[in-house]
Amino acid sequence: MRALTWHGKHDVRVDTVDDPEILNPRDAIIKVTSTAICGSDLHLYDGYIPTMQAGDILGHEFMGEVVETGPQSTLKKGQRVVVPFTISCGSCYHCGKHQYSACDNSNPADNQDIADTLYGQPMAGLFGYSHMTGGYAGGQAEYVRVPFSDVGPIVIPDGVEDDKVLFLSDILPTGWQAAENAEIEPGDTVAVWGCGPVGLFCVQSAFLMGAERVIAIDHFPQRLEMAAKFGAETINYEDSQTYEALMEMTGGIGPDACIDAVGLEAHGLFVDNVWDQIKASTFLGTDRAHSIRQAILACRKGGRVSMPAVYGGFVDKFPLGAFMQKGLTLKTGQTHVQHYLPGLLTAVLEDKIDTTFLISHRLGLEQAPDGYRMFHDHQNEVTKVVLKPGLDRIAS
Amino acid sequence: MAAPHDDAPITASKRTEKTAQAAENITEPKGSSLVGQSVTINRPRHELYAKWRDFSGFPNFMENIERVEMIDDVTSHWAVKGPGGSTIEWDAVVTEDQPDRLIAWSSAEGADVPNSGRVEFRDAGERGTIVSATILYDPPAGIIGKLIAKMFQREPALQARRDLRRFKQLMETGEIATSARTARALEEEAA
Ligand SMILES: NC(=O)c1ccc[n+]([C@@H]2O[C@H](COP(=O)([O-])OP(=O)(O)OC[C@H]3O[C@@H](n4cnc5c(N)ncnc54)[C@H](O)[C@@H]3O)[C@@H](O)[C@H]2O)c1
Ligand SMILES: [Zn+2]
Ligand SMILES: [Zn+2]
Repeated sequence: MRALTWHGKHDVRVDTVDDPEILNPRDAIIKVTSTAICGSDLHLYDGYIPTMQAGDILGHEFMGEVVETGPQSTLKKGQRVVVPFTISCGSCYHCGKHQYSACDNSNPADNQDIADTLYGQPMAGLFGYSHMTGGYAGGQAEYVRVPFSDVGPIVIPDGVEDDKVLFLSDILPTGWQAAENAEIEPGDTVAVWGCGPVGLFCVQSAFLMGAERVIAIDHFPQRLEMAAKFGAETINYEDSQTYEALMEMTGGIGPDACIDAVGLEAHGLFVDNVWDQIKASTFLGTDRAHSIRQAILACRKGGRVSMPAVYGGFVDKFPLGAFMQKGLTLKTGQTHVQHYLPGLLTAVLEDKIDTTFLISHRLGLEQAPDGYRMFHDHQNEVTKVVLKPGLDRIAS
Repeated sequence: MAAPHDDAPITASKRTEKTAQAAENITEPKGSSLVGQSVTINRPRHELYAKWRDFSGFPNFMENIERVEMIDDVTSHWAVKGPGGSTIEWDAVVTEDQPDRLIAWSSAEGADVPNSGRVEFRDAGERGTIVSATILYDPPAGIIGKLIAKMFQREPALQARRDLRRFKQLMETGEIATSARTARALEEEAA
């Protein structure tokens, strides 16, 4: 089959590799019909995530048709499914508590050692996201082996187009969980750093959960415009000072809840960012964390900070004093996708949440390297790239 | 003497003399190097005990064990992978057996690699069962030392932890997680 493989910083290629096979009783093989490139993939593309190996197949946002099933799979050939990016067994203690991204069993035992050392305990396996999270081949490919297929994938009713449901695999539940973690109360003002796909779903979710005002922060006019369309007020941090603006816009109080949907590659010539970047590029290894620092400073006393953004390692100059003195709460984590799927599928089918607005580009799988370059270099115009292996089949 | 007010398990001790205490817990200790690991498994005690009591199932989750034959209820014959396709073999006997609670075993006289172990099963309420394994072995010098290094891979504690985690995967999910994509890749991993 053909698959998008990682070979190093800014080097991804479409290679011919062996087709996946059923290896465990609960496996299924999915023929991919749509798969998206995620902001998290850019962290891999930029070489920020350790434990990648040349030839790894990327992609954790995908859906497709069931073509093969193991004896314990509950799926049936021909069904269309969206697959969560978190791989979860459904039977461990954490899965029982719906903490699916903390699954004990989906990360192969040999891969758990690294996370033991770095994080204290290993997390769930993820598709296409380095060997620390399992080393599983991802979905930017013609076919994928999906373990625990009786727990993860959700079956999509006939007649619903891919584009409408694809984002159930990651960014929609991620935005939703981030808003839930912000513990929004009616009348609240919620500030969201980053108007990428995750931030934009945070905006929609926050309003659905009763926020009175949402303030969205970014520097790309087109992305800010999308946030505005959903009713958010906006701050372009290249034109305005974010902290000062937030304080003025909230009458000197600060936002009740702050969501960091930027992550370890925060842009901008802020002093702390430049320092972080020098350290990262000289392998002193600290994440760029401007947005979470600012979120903590801006947040009102006793407020909530929610951090869907991904961080991988250590952070310098974390405003621990502000965090403690103001009595803030911080909630974060990889998304427990399976927990949100049924409810969010219903919301999408009932048009309560808009998903397709996000897609700016649809490409064949063969053009995936172009897709990465575009998404990386032109974030203003390129909001979301969806790869459709079927487009190549039509072209050839 | 144990230090007062330190409830940490002996296996987490920074003091080597404490391994002697662990040895006392094994009914017929063989060896002086200690490996201890615990894992919580979301299954009832009796199920885990029963699975473990049949040593012939070890190769399913213990990476370096080729096969274990149960000769009778207490005696077993072990074959473990060595370097260059070689195999190290020994007999072991069960030295203590408390159904649903505890199993201890020890290599018989004359084993190249004297070793012994003990696994305990303790209730953990809604979380299932805490399984604690303690293994004592003599890391020998020379050629056998190399065999042993291979047998336990780089670090015995690491190997024990991986094996226990595979046991947990098998008991909780019915399978052992792998990120291999093809049967061939899976075989190569196991080799
Ligand atoms: N928790 C999870 O399970 C999960 C799942 C998916 C994605 N993520 C993470 O969420 C984050 C966002 O993902 P995405 O797909 O939306 O990424 P993206 O790269 O498309 O969007 C990030 C946005 O942040 C903006 N930004 C950069 N610096 C900023 C700053 N200093 N202040 C305000 N805005 C700034 C960028 O201009 C961009 O629009 C990433 O870190 C990603 O890894 C987490
Ligand atoms: Zn993603
Ligand atoms: Zn689980």
